Amino acid sequence: MSNRKKQLLILAAIAVIAGLLPELVTDVYLLNVVVLTLMFAALAQSWNILGGYCGQISLGHALYFGTGAYVTSIMFTTFGVSPWVGVFAGGIFSAALALALGYPCFRLKGHYFSIATIVIAEIGLLLVHNWDAVGGALGITWPIGQDSWWTLQFARDKAPYVYLALGLFIATWLSTYWIEDSRWGFWWRAIKDSPEAAESLGVEVFRSKMAAAALSAFFTAIGGGFYAAFVSYIDPESVMSFRFSLLFALPAVLGGIGTLWGPLVGALILIPFTEITRSYMGGFGNGLDLIIYGALIIVISLVKPEGILSLFRDRAKRGARS
Amino acid sequence: MSCDNILEIRNVTKRFGGLTANADVTIGVKRGEILGLIGPNGAGKSTLFSMIAGALPATSGSLSFAGIDITAKPGTLRCKLGIARTFQVPRSFDSMTVLENVMVGGFMRTPSSQAARRAAEEMLDFVGLGGRADIPAIELTPPEKRRLEMARALATGPKLILLDEVMAGLTPSEAKAGVELVRKVRDLGVTIIMVEHVMEIVMPLVDRAVVLHLGRVLADGKPAEVVRDDRVISAYLGERHRAT
Repeated sequence: MSNRKKQLLILAAIAVIAGLLPELVTDVYLLNVVVLTLMFAALAQSWNILGGYCGQISLGHALYFGTGAYVTSIMFTTFGVSPWVGVFAGGIFSAALALALGYPCFRLKGHYFSIATIVIAEIGLLLVHNWDAVGGALGITWPIGQDSWWTLQFARDKAPYVYLALGLFIATWLSTYWIEDSRWGFWWRAIKDSPEAAESLGVEVFRSKMAAAALSAFFTAIGGGFYAAFVSYIDPESVMSFRFSLLFALPAVLGGIGTLWGPLVGALILIPFTEITRSYMGGFGNGLDLIIYGALIIVISLVKPEGILSLFRDRAKRGARS
Repeated sequence: MSCDNILEIRNVTKRFGGLTANADVTIGVKRGEILGLIGPNGAGKSTLFSMIAGALPATSGSLSFAGIDITAKPGTLRCKLGIARTFQVPRSFDSMTVLENVMVGGFMRTPSSQAARRAAEEMLDFVGLGGRADIPAIELTPPEKRRLEMARALATGPKLILLDEVMAGLTPSEAKAGVELVRKVRDLGVTIIMVEHVMEIVMPLVDRAVVLHLGRVLADGKPAEVVRDDRVISAYLGERHRAT
């Protein structure tokens, strides 16, 4: 499988380039954008496991992101547990949550499943909002301390966060890469294309969806835990709002849903663009980015439902034929 | 019923609300035979198929496969026991290549990608799609898609395969190749039940024919006897033609 080896080489090249960025870029704002781009690439990659490969479009992944952020923050601020442990605890907790929610939700098909995910995430947001033990509407502030790899707190230097976000992206990418060629990966894609045919071929449809949901939620929560450490302050809106659910799905859809590189390509376009519009057009209020996302979704689904990556594939094919 | 029957359908009835799609159907399928399931449109052939494959539950009656009661077993489990099927309207996995489609079937018997890939390659050669392995399934022609469905079903290693109108819409020469393929599948030791509309294709191919009409078994016997059966003729052509 030389083609698969080639993919690994591309990843290595991207890792080297991204890893060198903190050496070349010193501007804190720009490094911030780099961190967010890599983080959302990783989160879109996680979303892509369930939404892209298995075809179960979740618009409620903010719930898992928020869960990861909260578990990590509470464990650190209340019990002094390192976020290195906290993110994994959050990941496992979210995976369990995904299984518990998947049990009823995976009986729903298509749009009904997507609607259920939106509703459940909103319920989660309301719960956390009114739950004083986890900070309620005020949220949780991480204590200011020494810069340290143990607490993942770096006040002046953004470079460690670039490395962490890059590590997270590589972990999600490698998992996807490995699973893509495994039985699970084949089962997921079969379910996406035709659940009836999949079942007739011995595919464990329900179990496969549950596995995809658990893995997807696991990585999403790790991303949430990382984000909490990165921003050092979380409240319900800033980690669990619907905006995040969109921001996980959109890069994957934009770049190429159900593909290995779609999430990264989408994030490279979308996140810098989002950050720039937010900083320059912040005065227009909070809704503007949501309007842009909505418009983007409409444009993609009308013009190129397979995503941007398919443009290159089409061109390569045409070149090969002529 | 004799114990060399691989599939026993006993008094199976299927109702959709007020509509009875199958009524009191009893058929025994012998190991190694090619059984033709024929009947006019709306006779209940596809419903019966779906009940055998486990896509639809029977309202009443029982099904047993290789001595195991499968009446309440889901489709996935029936596939594990050795029942595979194709669909009337081909349902290829269109985001995958032809080879990957068949690999999904191959994973039924092995968790290893390499082993599934090897099994899939063999099956593609068997159905004559070896040269098309790496193209997207969506680019196949309709007759090729039917072969793909057969390869995919065979890759699960079935004892019984349900072929739902695999000859529909084929040109005479394609249909001839299709008939050859069905015979080859039987030579593998796989029992075959095929639903087919086109009598000229089915009758020479099958060992036995069961005619369904309005959800009931109208006739069950050797193809040559079945086509001479008065009730079959009137079901197909209407009362008017019966006497002639």
